[in-house]
Amino acid sequence: MDDSGRYVARHVTSLPKSGIRDFFAIVSKMRDAVSLGIGEPDFVTPFHIREAAMNALEKGRTSYTDNRGTSQLREEISRYVAKHYGPEYDPENEILVTIGVSEALDILLRATLNPGDKVLYHEPCYVSYAPSVTLCHAEPVPVRTTSADQFALDPAALRAAWQPGCKVLVINFPTNPTGGTADRAKLQEIAKFAIEKDLLVASDEIYSELTFNGDHVSIASLPGMRDRTVFLHGFSKAFAMTGFRIGYACGPAAVIDGMLKVHQYGIMCASIISQEAAVEALRNGRDSMLHMRDKYRERRDFIVRRFNELGLPCHLPRGAFYAFPDITSTGMDSLTFAQKLLEQQKVAMVPGTAFGSAGAGFCRASFSTSYERIHEAGERIARFLDTIRRG
Amino acid sequence: MNSVLKLLLEGEALDTQQLGKILGLGPDAIERELAELRRQGVLLGMRPVLNPSFEAERRVRAVIEIKIRPEGIGGFDGIAERISSFEQVESCYLMSGGYDLLVVVTADNLYKVAGFVHERLARIEGVQGTSTHFFLRAYKKDGFVVTAEGVRRDQPSVSP
Repeated sequence: MDDSGRYVARHVTSLPKSGIRDFFAIVSKMRDAVSLGIGEPDFVTPFHIREAAMNALEKGRTSYTDNRGTSQLREEISRYVAKHYGPEYDPENEILVTIGVSEALDILLRATLNPGDKVLYHEPCYVSYAPSVTLCHAEPVPVRTTSADQFALDPAALRAAWQPGCKVLVINFPTNPTGGTADRAKLQEIAKFAIEKDLLVASDEIYSELTFNGDHVSIASLPGMRDRTVFLHGFSKAFAMTGFRIGYACGPAAVIDGMLKVHQYGIMCASIISQEAAVEALRNGRDSMLHMRDKYRERRDFIVRRFNELGLPCHLPRGAFYAFPDITSTGMDSLTFAQKLLEQQKVAMVPGTAFGSAGAGFCRASFSTSYERIHEAGERIARFLDTIRRG
Repeated sequence: MNSVLKLLLEGEALDTQQLGKILGLGPDAIERELAELRRQGVLLGMRPVLNPSFEAERRVRAVIEIKIRPEGIGGFDGIAERISSFEQVESCYLMSGGYDLLVVVTADNLYKVAGFVHERLARIEGVQGTSTHFFLRAYKKDGFVVTAEGVRRDQPSVSP
């Protein structure tokens, strides 16, 4: 009998398993399932980017790099961020290349939190935020967002959730899983609040290129925010490079320096092959990115219209590639709905509660897939709803 | 571009019912759009894209480069139209460069292609010379990669 569990730390034992993993286990065994559960682009990385990686291998560029990432990549990141987001960061000491935003957020939290500190974040949100905070012996403080305002973060709700001891605010616009965005006015209010409460803002902008309505605004570009914001970004979503595992953090030098310490002991450096590919993505990837964004927008319009036709109210997500329909009219909770839909019609959607309790009553459907699959999923969901409504 | 045409060009196998649902139009509206595209001569027809290895077991395909002398029966166009009228000819293009017409033909076997070249093409007035190349293996066709492995993705079916 395996009783090695006694060695596992208490705060790790108490972490809930990701709700997505249970689903993954069921779906992966199922033949002819239609999965709307995939949180990554349904595109292969553009060829010229893959070619840059192949070129790195051919040229024998397979060594460690500077802990911070290659100077070439940091310089490209600096240019890219200044051009598309506004703030200027010094490649020398204000930019750190990481293993995706996941690592960037993790080391940011580890570099800044003391045990007992509190971290504000808005829910529903990406599955790792609360666990990453817990792993730092700190306390996650969720702020609920609702479909009433398309899951934008309401500054009043943020103020209400604040408690003494809050040190960091994590924001993610456009949001996984809701597609929520924040316009300049809203961000200004959030920024004002962050300044008032002396919060460090971790801004996960991984979906920012995939903004369909209006321009994406980074909170780091607002007055007074550059030096209290760590801008987190990566290549996975915009350039369909999830498997390259490459991202970056830009922020004030002292915070980046703290993160660098955690990074250099834990990770050493990101893969040089991925770094070479990332340089190519930033230099020449814009056209392919815009092409993919157009495809997402068209599929979004289709899937959202379908959900609404089917009587599952769904707001039009302004960014990212997820629809987040309200399934409460079925009388089921999110998990039951997702399970029954999978069992009866073999369609995989992720229950909203996997993204926090604020996701109750919703399910996430990725529209980063073919029209054929979205159409087929729509037909199957229609049949599923038919049987419930009749029964 | 016409939204129906744009969707068709994505290469997914969608019937009018599906096209209609995706574009928020009824199947009748899709039929009308398709009829209009045909009427304008934009859409010539629709065919499935078959895996060339499936086709290769049944048919052989060749490209033939043809040099012609544009005199007599209506110049280049006259000869090209005459060649295009053979049912073995899948496509026919006027080309720049070292030869004039590029013709793609399919037939049951190599001998039938040879027969077509010698007995039909070579006898057409104005045809000066031909050069025939047989297709051996396809790696990509009409935008679809058809190598043995294709593009393999070990993508999980659910991910955060």
